[in-house]
Amino acid sequence: MSEEDAAPKPPPVPHANNKTRRMVMRSIAMGGAVVGASLFGFFPVLRKWTPRLRPPGAIAEADFLAACIKCGQCVQVCPVRAIYLGDLDEGFGVGVPYIPARDQACDFSCDAVQCVLACPTGALSHTVSKKEEVRMGLARLDRPNACLARKGEGYKGAARPAPFKGVHRYPEIDRWKPVKLAEYKYDLELCDLCVRECPVPNAISLEPMSKDPADKCKTPVVHQACVGCGMCEMICPTEPASIVIDIRRKWGDA
Amino acid sequence: MKLLTSLKIMLGAAPQRPASYTPEALAMQEAKRQVKGPERARQIREAHAEKHSNKWRNIRWATLITVNMIFVLSFGFDVQLVEGSLTASRVIGFHFADLNSAIQVMLAYKVILINLVIGTGTVLFLWWLLGGRTFCSWTCPYHLLAEIAEKVHLALAKRKMVVDYPLHRGSRSVLYVVFALLAVVSGYTVFESISPTGIVSRALIYGPGLAMVWVLGLLAYEIIFIRRMWCRYICPIGLTYGFVGAVSPLRVTYNMENCLNEGDCRKVCLVPHVLECTKKTYAEDVNVAIGADCTRCGLCIDACPTGSLKFEVKGLNKLL
Repeated sequence: MSEEDAAPKPPPVPHANNKTRRMVMRSIAMGGAVVGASLFGFFPVLRKWTPRLRPPGAIAEADFLAACIKCGQCVQVCPVRAIYLGDLDEGFGVGVPYIPARDQACDFSCDAVQCVLACPTGALSHTVSKKEEVRMGLARLDRPNACLARKGEGYKGAARPAPFKGVHRYPEIDRWKPVKLAEYKYDLELCDLCVRECPVPNAISLEPMSKDPADKCKTPVVHQACVGCGMCEMICPTEPASIVIDIRRKWGDA
Repeated sequence: MKLLTSLKIMLGAAPQRPASYTPEALAMQEAKRQVKGPERARQIREAHAEKHSNKWRNIRWATLITVNMIFVLSFGFDVQLVEGSLTASRVIGFHFADLNSAIQVMLAYKVILINLVIGTGTVLFLWWLLGGRTFCSWTCPYHLLAEIAEKVHLALAKRKMVVDYPLHRGSRSVLYVVFALLAVVSGYTVFESISPTGIVSRALIYGPGLAMVWVLGLLAYEIIFIRRMWCRYICPIGLTYGFVGAVSPLRVTYNMENCLNEGDCRKVCLVPHVLECTKKTYAEDVNVAIGADCTRCGLCIDACPTGSLKFEVKGLNKLL
């Protein structure tokens, strides 16, 4: 769609004199400018300037941007405040929710996918009723050489030390109150944080790298059950994360 | 017929002087014509003896701030009284959806969404009851910012530092159609990405972002060039609620009996074309209901020195 198509037609001029003609010209210029400004939203969307991990249940991206009414009810119900709203640099994604997984992942501690239930328009589809049905993307070992498990290394201390602000619910501590990752200390002989804290059963496991039983090195392997929530990306103690979410990638996709 | 005229004027037509008058209006016009010179001057002086109050403006600002603060505090303290923002929300569990946002979403997404229909139904009824564009002046946070910008504009204009360059009021109707078509053709809610109502509402609740730069730019433009540009000539939300308010029971009415036709009301009005009846010989009856585009802001009621403008609930007088 070009801008000319969108520019408003001149309003009818009953008795045009110079003053009203100028007013009508001004009106057309203003209309064109406002419509032009609104169309800037196309750039970030079509050029994919800001790929975003959408909350659980999000329908196909183009439909999602259309169906979302930009109210932020999903933001309000999330117990770990994992959902943020898009800004002006996201074009038509202004006010549309996303999850910055590395900073705060969705750990499904709400159990019943609260954001989906909160969505008034079905942009987060109500066909999703439990965490295992969610498909936000897929985890992928992005920097295998940095992965501590693959190096056979353990991990001591907070997975993400201060000033990291992200939180996670540890059922053994308090089912209802999330704990700051910076305040939860681990002492692991072999780092298995991505597997240990994954909220979805059978989504990821550590597999031996060689047949030698003395070899401590293991590698995280992502399975089909992975929903792409981003918990592994958030908890990964290497900087930047060794494991990341491929947004909207489905099992079997290249 | 009256409704049609009121809608036409809202869409951009210039208000016309009535073709005929009721006998009562004619008689009153004649009686008022007899009052001239020193007697009229005395009436005007007497009317302006008291400084006009800001009663309705204060009540309205308090309401607007309260409504928006309920949204902010409800999330801030997690009391879940109201969830969401002005584009869509849940009020104690009931779905509310802004009419214009819901229309944009359904045009872009091309699916009728049950929750949205329920939400718009609730909102439609609420704002029909309360006067349609009442949403604008009593709830929209951008309206308040624009009112402050307008004050700055007028103060600067008084010192001849800025001049208002008015636009054609039909612009809003044209833009309404353009944004509706854009939503259908592009499949995106194009208007929502620049709507200052949504942006300011979300900025209040979830914290401001870059999008506020656009809003501040708009306000600056309104101060320097075009008085109340967004609300008067652009905003489709106003037009959507204008249609709702066209048949609303709550409205402002004009009584010509004590009116001195000075036009103080039109000077403060966001949509002065609805107050055309307050001009000499422009009221076809003694009592005239103000048209659909009126935001029920009450500035004219505050400004009127003769009490000729009042809030009225249609039919309530007969009932009581």
